[in-house]
Amino acid sequence: MITLNNLKKTFDKGKVTALKDISFSVEQDELFGLIGPDGAGKTTLFRILTTLLLADEGAATVNGFDVVKDYKKIRSCVGYMPGKFSLYQDLTIEENLNFFATVFGTTVKENYDLIKDIYLQIEPFKNRRAGKLSGGMKQKLGLCCALIHKPVVLFLDEPTTGVDVVSRKEFWEMLKKLKKQGITIVVSTPYMDEANLCDRIALIQKGQILSIDTPAKIIQSYPEPLYAIKSPDIFKSLEDTRTYPGISSCFAFGDALHATFNNSSDKGIIEYLHSKGHMDASLETITPGIEDCFIHLLKN
Amino acid sequence: MPPVIITEKLSKRFGDFIAANELTFQVEKGEIFGFLGANGAGKTTAMRMLCGLLVPSSGKATVAGFDVYKQTEKIKRKIGYMSQKFSLYDDLTVTENIRFYSGIYGMNNKQIGKKTLELLGELQMQNEARTLVSDLPLGWKQKLAFSVSIAHDPDIVFLDEPTSGVDPVTRRQFWELIYRASEKGVTIFVTTHYMDEAEYCNRISIMVDGVIAALDSPSNLEKKYGVATMEDVFYKLARNAKRKGE
Repeated sequence: MITLNNLKKTFDKGKVTALKDISFSVEQDELFGLIGPDGAGKTTLFRILTTLLLADEGAATVNGFDVVKDYKKIRSCVGYMPGKFSLYQDLTIEENLNFFATVFGTTVKENYDLIKDIYLQIEPFKNRRAGKLSGGMKQKLGLCCALIHKPVVLFLDEPTTGVDVVSRKEFWEMLKKLKKQGITIVVSTPYMDEANLCDRIALIQKGQILSIDTPAKIIQSYPEPLYAIKSPDIFKSLEDTRTYPGISSCFAFGDALHATFNNSSDKGIIEYLHSKGHMDASLETITPGIEDCFIHLLKN
Repeated sequence: MPPVIITEKLSKRFGDFIAANELTFQVEKGEIFGFLGANGAGKTTAMRMLCGLLVPSSGKATVAGFDVYKQTEKIKRKIGYMSQKFSLYDDLTVTENIRFYSGIYGMNNKQIGKKTLELLGELQMQNEARTLVSDLPLGWKQKLAFSVSIAHDPDIVFLDEPTSGVDPVTRRQFWELIYRASEKGVTIFVTTHYMDEAEYCNRISIMVDGVIAALDSPSNLEKKYGVATMEDVFYKLARNAKRKGE
C-alpha cells in the first residue's frame, strides 16, 4: 500500500538532516506505527507521503501512486491528521465536516457509517466553533474530517500526544475499528507503550530507522538477559547500582530499575546493594518492553 | 519546617463551571509531588492559582508561605516554572538564556556569572555555551530549561509535562535532574502523562472532574486500589470522569 525507497530529506540548505535513506513498506490493512521522540523525522515522513513536501532523493508510492507525479491522486485517496490542529477554528464542528466533505466531492451522509461512532461523541456540540473545543473533541473532529472522503490510507501524526491515559486507550480502540473497515493506518507516537497496539512498528530516531518489525519480534531480538531490580528508594539504588563493577546499563523504569550486566551469569548485584544499605533490594529476570529495545538500539 | 504548599478548600469557578472544587492538600519541602489527572480535570487551573496567575474564587492557599490572593508577586519570586510548550528563547544562546532568566529574577552580575558556570558544568554543556538554543536537540533544551527554571534557587518548581516527546534516555536523565534538585531541598510539583514517571514521585494526587480523587504515595495507591501499576490506578479513577478535553 505504501513503499519508500531511499528517501532523503534535509533542511536549511543541507545543514539539518531530517531523513537519512529511509526504505520500508506498509501492507494493505496494516496498522503501522512510527515510534520515536520529537525531532526523529516522523512529521517530515508524513509530509512527504501526503505530497506536501518533496524529498531530496529517493522515491515513494502511496496506493500505487507516485508521491511526485501522481500527487493529485494521492491527495484524494488519503486522510491526514497533522500533529498540530489544522481545522478552521472559526467554523463550527458541522461546518468543518461539511467543508471537508465538499472539498473532496462527497457528502457527510454518503460516508456517515465510517465516522458515526466518533461523530456521535461530538454531535451534541455540533454548533460550537472548532476553536472553542476541548483537546479531546478537537482530536475527534480532526479524525472525522480526515475520514469523511473514505480514504484508503489514514495518516495520523501524533494523535495522542499530551492526551491522558484513558483518552489514549479510547483513541486506539477507534483505530482498531477503522482498521477492521479496511483502512490502512500509519500512526506516529512518542509513547512507546502504544507500540504494542500496532501490527508492525518502525523505531525511528534522528532520521534513521533503528528497527522495523512486529512489536513481538523486536522484543524477541533484544540480545541479552534483562533484569528488574526493585528497591524502595529508586534513585538512591539507581546511583548505587551504577557503581557496581559488573553493570552494563541501568535505567529507572517506573517502580523498578532495568539493568543488564557485562557477564549475564553475574548475580552479585543484590549482595552489593545490601552492602550499600538497600536491604529490601530484589532481582528478577524480565521480558523487555519496546522502550527497553529503543534504549538498547540508541546505545549502539 | 512548614509545608511549602498548603491549600484548604481552594476552588475556582468560571460562571457555573467549577474547574477546581475544594482542593485541600499540602506539599512538604523537598517533596516530588506528582499532579495527575485526565485532560479537563482542572490541573492547569489549580497550577495557575498556585503560581499566582489566577485569583481563586474561594478557599485558602499559601505557597512558600505567601498568600495566593494578596502576595502573588512574592510567590512568583519564590517559584520556578517550566513547560514543554514554552521554555527558552530559541534565538538566544545557552549562556544568554541563563543570563536573561537569572536577570529577570533579580540576580546580580556576579551571581549570574557564577551560576552560569555552575549550570554549564552540571549539564556538561561547556562546549555549547555559545550555541543558539534552536540548534540544541530537544532533550538538551529540556534539561537546560529545567536548570534555568531553578537557577534563582526557588522553593518550588512547577513542571508542566516537562518530558513530553523526549526520547526515553533523555526522559530518564531529566528525572535524575529532578531527583538531585529535590535532594537539595527544592520542592517539585510535576504533571505528566507518562505513568512510569508517576512511580518516581514521593506522592501523587489524581484529579477527576475538579476534585482530588486520590492522594498518597504510589505504592499506597496501588495497594489501596489492588492493582500493580500507577497506570491501572489512574485508569480506575479517571475512566468514569464526566469531564473530558482540556
